[in-house]
Amino acid sequence: MWIYEKKLQFPVKITRPDARMAKIMIEQYGGCDGEWGAAHRYLSQRYSMVTPEAKATLNDIATEELGHAEIMGTIVRQLMQGLTKDQIIEGGLEAYYVNHGFGVYPCSAAGVPFSAAAFQSKGDPITDLYEDMAAEQKARSTYEYLIDLAEDPDVLAPLRFLREREVVHFQRFGEALEIARDHLNQKHWFFK
Amino acid sequence: MEREMMLQKLMELDFLAVDLGLYLNTHPTETEAINAYNQTIEAADTLRMKFEAAYGPLCSFRSYAADTENWQWKNDPWPWQTTANPSMAGKECM
Repeated sequence: MWIYEKKLQFPVKITRPDARMAKIMIEQYGGCDGEWGAAHRYLSQRYSMVTPEAKATLNDIATEELGHAEIMGTIVRQLMQGLTKDQIIEGGLEAYYVNHGFGVYPCSAAGVPFSAAAFQSKGDPITDLYEDMAAEQKARSTYEYLIDLAEDPDVLAPLRFLREREVVHFQRFGEALEIARDHLNQKHWFFK
Repeated sequence: MEREMMLQKLMELDFLAVDLGLYLNTHPTETEAINAYNQTIEAADTLRMKFEAAYGPLCSFRSYAADTENWQWKNDPWPWQTTANPSMAGKECM
């Protein structure tokens, strides 16, 4: 069960609409290494995880990722609000606009709809935790590419925050992997 | 603006609690972190009650309806609206 909190984890207040930025920011909402993918990957993997530490880590990072998806959706929406016809065309947002208007739809920057095909739930705790560490690094890289292309300080602030969270989550998953591995390496007695 | 300042402070405290909680999941016997976690939760709860009394409920359930005549939960601003948030331009840690 979840409780919704009527606030973002990190504030987003963008007052300068920018079609080009909206078009690329959608990547971390509905792209392969985006926040919805991260949340659903960890939420699905929880069920077959071992050790209390690793279960809690998956559960709580998944929950935080839901909040990050909300931040990215907010960024996209605020970047689109108030765009003129000329701005949409100049910023290359026409293809998105004719399908979704100024709505927020989970897809990649290239327009590919969100897909669970981008992640795994393998039923093997070691495999899953390695995938999770890789996922955090892939998201960190994407945030760095987005930061390279952003100039507005109101856009940069939440991007830098989200990038830092990927680094922290990578660390926590590494610790969870070590704990899970130690647990699995113990002798398991089925008969005594 | 009072609302934005209170909200930003609450966001900071709640974020600290999230981060400490994640740390404790893999370091469950670090008493210093448990103390810091408990202090953070207490400070956040105190501030959340003050904020909710002044500006309406923050949680989808388990928040008291301070106004018993009019259901405030539905009210704007929702978190994705610019009016809900303080600007963080240049304020984030690098």
